[in-house]
Amino acid sequence: MPDIVSSAPPETKIKVDSLQFFYGSFQGLKNINLDILERRITAFIGPSGCGKSTLLRTLNRMYDLYPGQRAEGKIMMNGKNVLEKDQDLNLLRARVGMVFQKPTPFPMSIYDNIAFGVKLYENLSKAEMDERVEWALNKAAIWNEVKDKLKQSGLSLSGGQQQRLCIARAVAVKPEVVLLDEPTSALDPISTAKVEELLHELKEDYTIAIVTHNMQQAARVSDFTAYMYLGELIEYGVTDELFIKPKRKETEDYITGRFG
Amino acid sequence: MNNTQVNTSEQSTQQGHYVSKEQQLQALSKRLARQHWQDVVFRNSTLFFALLVLALLSGIIFSLASKSIPIFQQFGLGFLTSSAWNPVTLEFGAATAIYGTLVTSLIALLVGIPISFGIAVFLTELSPVWLKRPLGTAIELLAGIPSIIYGMWGLFVFAPLFAEYAQPLMTKYLGPIPVIGQLFQGAAMGFGVLTAGIILAVMIIPFIASVMRDVFEVVPPVLKESAYGLGATTWEVVRNIVLPYTKAGVVGGIMLGLGRALGETMAVTFVIGNTPKISASLFAPGTSIAATLANEFAEARDELHVSALMALGLVLFLITFVVLAFAKLMLSRLSKQEGSKT
Repeated sequence: MPDIVSSAPPETKIKVDSLQFFYGSFQGLKNINLDILERRITAFIGPSGCGKSTLLRTLNRMYDLYPGQRAEGKIMMNGKNVLEKDQDLNLLRARVGMVFQKPTPFPMSIYDNIAFGVKLYENLSKAEMDERVEWALNKAAIWNEVKDKLKQSGLSLSGGQQQRLCIARAVAVKPEVVLLDEPTSALDPISTAKVEELLHELKEDYTIAIVTHNMQQAARVSDFTAYMYLGELIEYGVTDELFIKPKRKETEDYITGRFG
Repeated sequence: MNNTQVNTSEQSTQQGHYVSKEQQLQALSKRLARQHWQDVVFRNSTLFFALLVLALLSGIIFSLASKSIPIFQQFGLGFLTSSAWNPVTLEFGAATAIYGTLVTSLIALLVGIPISFGIAVFLTELSPVWLKRPLGTAIELLAGIPSIIYGMWGLFVFAPLFAEYAQPLMTKYLGPIPVIGQLFQGAAMGFGVLTAGIILAVMIIPFIASVMRDVFEVVPPVLKESAYGLGATTWEVVRNIVLPYTKAGVVGGIMLGLGRALGETMAVTFVIGNTPKISASLFAPGTSIAATLANEFAEARDELHVSALMALGLVLFLITFVVLAFAKLMLSRLSKQEGSKT
């Protein structure tokens, strides 16, 4: 458990307990233990193939779509182990939103892109839905850019706008946790800055876990950072401490660029 | 080219032989001339083969059209709308055959599309890995069965079972429904328009299902994951993401199936009953363009009869041509869409 900086310690939102993950016979994650805190940003860094995306994908059980992938151990959320068989996957994923590396707007209008997820679980009137769409687009700082073309295809937007649309879509269903898998790696620096700014604002309401290849990004946006290597969690702690005086030699090598 | 010249002159001086610059240039221009000539021959021969296709196509259209002139001179456009067909009295009308072709194909689509869709969704979204390959292969094998086998199977196996079990049930439960009830009345003979449509459905299912499976597979996994990530069920993902994304390809696949259904001859000839009559009931025997052609060509002695059959062929050709052109158009639109998305 990392040191808590603020006076009122935030609560643990997700508790990962001796998690093992397998792609067929290959073990992708080895005995992962960590706590993800409520309304904080937790960043996962490490070289390619270290398992950080895999870890993210266990949190909403996205791996379940693919036969041959399985997880052991416990991931406790709201007092329940989400890895259990009786966990309702659709409900879990509605609670734990996800944003991907490449923007993935659905082949429909900007408005419908946002409304799609909301319609799955809520029965809103037209006016309420309009309001929700505007709210979500505002949250993702893209409302002003798209308010005049809500009926246009989501594919007509630029890459950076598409990614913010995807964030708006994830936020629109009011999840408890938002997972971001390298959300800015396909974006230009200006769009990246916008998304990072956005993360700071989203932190007030949501628990955020972000995978990134960019160590500066992890240092800039996150409260806690986890360094992973070859499927193991090497070090996990408060971001500033981990970057300034890492406890483990491996972490130091990685963040100083001597490795990776 | 400059380089080779320099190299060869260097080599030749090294070896002690002296080749004049003029000789070199001559050799080079000779070689270029030969290459040019080869190029021309190659280009023109491939052009010739390509044009051969066009010539064949237009030749077939031309002969069909020219041979069908007499029938149109005799009956005018009434040939297309008249339902009288009697080779003995030399009365010819194409309406029954056109009706049979369109109705059997329509039944084939109505039955085939939902089943193909289910197969494709299962194969791409739900099937466990170990079942994917065998099922996919089975569907491809189904597509490879010669149509005469479907015809035989339809007549000797399917039709008797259909008459004994399915048709009485249909008459009992669907018959009393107003308007569409008429379609399911009459003698349960096993063969007829409905049977032909169902056999056609079995034949086109593998085509439609494999095209649907292929286009469903081009949907980027991350797009589906995004929808699953919002809490959507498999059905919601298929309906709202996969289908809109692959719309054009799905329609294209259906059109390919329709094209095959329209032109299918042997299987239909076996089970449709070969009676040039339009009845309200789908249980009644009928005929289709292809079945009429197959049945009557050998016996057509009179010029007018041959002309009538040629004209039927022309009509079938035009119908399938339009359907296939439409399918190609849809499929090319899909690949363009993909290009812009990736």
